[in-house]
Amino acid sequence: MSETYACHKVSEGVIEGEVLLSTDDFCFYLVDPKTGIVIEKNHCLEGQSIADKILVFPSGKGSSVVQADGMYQLKMSGKGPKALIIKYPDTVLVASSIIMELPVVDRVPKDFYEHVKNGNQIRVDADHGQLTIQS
Amino acid sequence: MQLTVEEQEMLDGKYGKGTQIAMKIQVALGEVFDAPKMVQVSRTHVALSNQEADLWFVEKLVNAGATCRVSPTVNPGFNLEYFQCITTISKEDEQTIRRTRQAYKEIGATLTFDCTPYLEKNVPRFGEITAFSESSATPFINSVYGARTNRESAQSALCAAITGRTPLYGFLLDENRKGQVLVDVQADVKNDFDYQLLGYAVPKKLQFKTPVFVNLPTNPSPAALMNLGAQLNTAGNVPMYHIVGVTPEARTIEDAFQGDEPERIITITQEDLDQVHAEITDPVGKIDFALFGCPHFNLNQVAQVAELVKGKKLKVKLWIMTSSLTKELATRMGYLETLQAAGGDIVDDTCMDQPCWEFLYGKKGVTDSPKCAYYTKRRNMQFVIRKVEDCIEAAMRGEVS
Repeated sequence: MSETYACHKVSEGVIEGEVLLSTDDFCFYLVDPKTGIVIEKNHCLEGQSIADKILVFPSGKGSSVVQADGMYQLKMSGKGPKALIIKYPDTVLVASSIIMELPVVDRVPKDFYEHVKNGNQIRVDADHGQLTIQS
Repeated sequence: MQLTVEEQEMLDGKYGKGTQIAMKIQVALGEVFDAPKMVQVSRTHVALSNQEADLWFVEKLVNAGATCRVSPTVNPGFNLEYFQCITTISKEDEQTIRRTRQAYKEIGATLTFDCTPYLEKNVPRFGEITAFSESSATPFINSVYGARTNRESAQSALCAAITGRTPLYGFLLDENRKGQVLVDVQADVKNDFDYQLLGYAVPKKLQFKTPVFVNLPTNPSPAALMNLGAQLNTAGNVPMYHIVGVTPEARTIEDAFQGDEPERIITITQEDLDQVHAEITDPVGKIDFALFGCPHFNLNQVAQVAELVKGKKLKVKLWIMTSSLTKELATRMGYLETLQAAGGDIVDDTCMDQPCWEFLYGKKGVTDSPKCAYYTKRRNMQFVIRKVEDCIEAAMRGEVS
């Protein structure tokens, strides 16, 4: 049974994929662009790959340029995430996502966070502000 | 979003394709943050990075005919001519830095190649609306000067430089500049290095709120404030802080919280600082080099290092990264000569996160900057993090204990 939640468009696009949850903030520069594996020391996703995932995390972090630099390299190598679901949009992450054409949403209800699990298949429809957990 | 006639014309392409792209991105940004309109900016700073995305974006705009209405100062890439003298720069890296310089020149940037423009060349007045990218810059602009900027990305700041506008939201608005969490500093913060650790320790406890520091010294150095902001905005996402009795929008606690109560109070102890220090430093042992200037050292910091190495010999190579203006002053004042006599050097127009340092990959250095250690992880450079005095001592012994 699928469940649908409302959300708010940050960067346009519609895509489906598998969820990967991060409780820590995220810096795309500290991901190996060749593999999509997180290399940040002490990060909760250290050693895991974000390639083709729908990445769920609280907020971006890192200098004003490294998010775009990191995202761009991941995009070029095809090891980037499919979409992002965030809680706290910041200018750096938002501008980088818009420029790199990566779908991103925010303002997701608490319910979603209570139900979503690693490995869930979900559909992110930023254009219509909808998130669907499919399985 | 309500646009003026001129802004609408930029969006419609009347001022060329490049300006249109920039305005389009800014309108999308404004919509995400519910900005009602655009406002004019009088200063901008672009965190040029000389990396693929940076070059791709600036060349895209240049090729589309964009030029800057408000010429931005720009961050460093690397000093090609300097590094060609001391190491081998690949053809590819040489091409990239040449193209980066050319593209920013064509778009009308002011080629400062310095990450601390707020200390020289791009200094705002209180209340001025600006668009600054660069993680050490945004907190300094907001907190120390009381001028206003959002935490711009390099690309959104470049868009602002082109259109001369930025969407009105976030830290441009009075109510969002209010302090939210009271940070009671119980640790003994006595030198510039302690501000690095404080900046790195706070974000985990803070959770996206604006901190108001109490119980800090009332006369911090510019370097201390630069360090605090750089680390707050590296370990977390903190474009503004208040220090009661120090920063202009925090003359009193009431002032900092705009009359409201703090949402939370957190305490930072000496243990917190020691713990974060232990977490971020690589293990002690033999070192191959010392590297300072992330963010770029100011003249006082250069003088401090020169004084420490005066008449002595360093066992490992030492570099201080700084602006070309500071290097010129350091040359005039004899600091450069002192440093070179000891086996060190000053390099201008250069960032630590650049391919010019390839000859240090896989090696271990000592630095005073957690930010330096954090970003060079990708370049397989190891760093023991210590205060400046201890770094110099280590550089003379070739080892950190």
